Amino acid sequence: MNRVTRTAQRWVVFAVAVGLWELVTQLAKAAEAEKSFFFPPPSEIALTAKDLWFSSAFGDHIVPGISRMLGGWALAGVIGIALGILLGRSRRAMAYLGAVFNFLRSIPPPLLVPFFVAAVGPTNMQFPTIVFGAIWPVLLNTVDGARGVDATKVETARVFRLSRAQWTFGVVLPSALPKVFAGLRLSLSIALILMVISELIGSANGIGNQLVRAQRDYEPTAMWAWIVLLGVLGYLFNTLLLVLERRALAWQPRHSLETQALATGG
Amino acid sequence: MNMLEVDGLGHTYKGKDGSHTAIDGLDFTVGAGELVCVVGPSGCGKSTLLRTIAGLIRPSRGTVSLHGNKVDGVPSDLAVVFQDYSRSLFPWLSVTRNVEFPLRTLSRTEREARAVEALAAVGLSTAGKKYPWQLSGGMQQRVAIARALAYRPSLLLMDEPFASVDAQTRFELEDLLLRIRREQDTTVLLVTHDIDESVYLGDRVLVLSKSPATVVAHLDVPLGPVRDQITTRASDDFVELRAKVAGLLQGAPVTVR
Repeated sequence: MNRVTRTAQRWVVFAVAVGLWELVTQLAKAAEAEKSFFFPPPSEIALTAKDLWFSSAFGDHIVPGISRMLGGWALAGVIGIALGILLGRSRRAMAYLGAVFNFLRSIPPPLLVPFFVAAVGPTNMQFPTIVFGAIWPVLLNTVDGARGVDATKVETARVFRLSRAQWTFGVVLPSALPKVFAGLRLSLSIALILMVISELIGSANGIGNQLVRAQRDYEPTAMWAWIVLLGVLGYLFNTLLLVLERRALAWQPRHSLETQALATGG
Repeated sequence: MNMLEVDGLGHTYKGKDGSHTAIDGLDFTVGAGELVCVVGPSGCGKSTLLRTIAGLIRPSRGTVSLHGNKVDGVPSDLAVVFQDYSRSLFPWLSVTRNVEFPLRTLSRTEREARAVEALAAVGLSTAGKKYPWQLSGGMQQRVAIARALAYRPSLLLMDEPFASVDAQTRFELEDLLLRIRREQDTTVLLVTHDIDESVYLGDRVLVLSKSPATVVAHLDVPLGPVRDQITTRASDDFVELRAKVAGLLQGAPVTVR
């Protein structure tokens, strides 16, 4: 199958769905159906989105929102990978910490918002909320990956007297990398969710902030425009991460990559 | 000169459900440039023996000395070729990088030169840029052998190195090993459960008993340095020796007396 047909195949259902949506909402609008005000046609959403996204809101709200999300996710990634490698190769660490981590991970991350509002104040709590929520999938996946270095590789490393740096960055990290990326992808979607949710409350700017404002101002089309933006951002970042992953894991046989992407919702 | 001296070597694993003695009272030597095969029944402790010699396991009793130095931890001039080549190689490194990886103390040019030389010795000069999974099993084991050769060990240990490849490939790799040690004068200790292989490859064969493994017999193999899969295996000496080893393995308890 060539590239064009594959792209067409990927987008055909999406295009049909949007078309149907347009049809139904236009009909509802023409019939002045109850609540049709809250369901503007996609074409109207698109026009509003174009105005909103490329206005001053871009610098005032979209950039701050994305920075929080990516910054929080990156920090969670760095801490998660470093700690995960360390703990994953320790014989006892996870015996002590496993239960604590699983408990903390089990707390639905959005519920941390009230805590961080109280602890650091409503205007500063977005970043720590994102970091704390996004760290668990990377951390636990990295631990899992680092633990999974097989016995033969451990013995090979010992026989050839590899240095500590070679062992950590040349053996453990690459062994864990497929799982690390699976964790990073989960964390990315959590970071997106937490970015919006944390911005709904107390934030002076951001996409969530604008979403709430549109709701208060009774502007459903603007609300939809922000919701669509979140979808676009989620899709975009996930795609970029997949490209990065394919490069970093280029040494893997192709089929195993695609199975993993499917399994983790990539 | 003795490259390897094993003296009163024994190892007992202590577990929750009692202890298990894998090897006991092993005494033997391997001279420089010799290829010695250790053959024994499955599960007799061959792997334990190899791991104590490599310094991966600290033995409960006895000593291992490599050119006169007592082994305590993995010696710097020892290499191992493991049975499971697909796990022993690093799949994220190309073939050349796999071979170069353990040579971190050398300069870049020297590393490259050693890799080129070692890959040529195993007949993989053109595969350097490939990843291990792109190669057949036999070729992957050649990469593992090249990696060990590039390390230039005083002693090369091989743990059932050809047990995971098909028969045809095994013959090729056996001949490759014989050629390499003729050319490079490598000292090799090879552990196998395959009687024919031990006789075909070895200058000497050490026959081990069932667990706990002790040395039942040292046999010299008078087949000369150049061997051939068809004529050597059909020769009287070969047939007689393989029968002798098989008898020793089957009748191990009787021989101990």
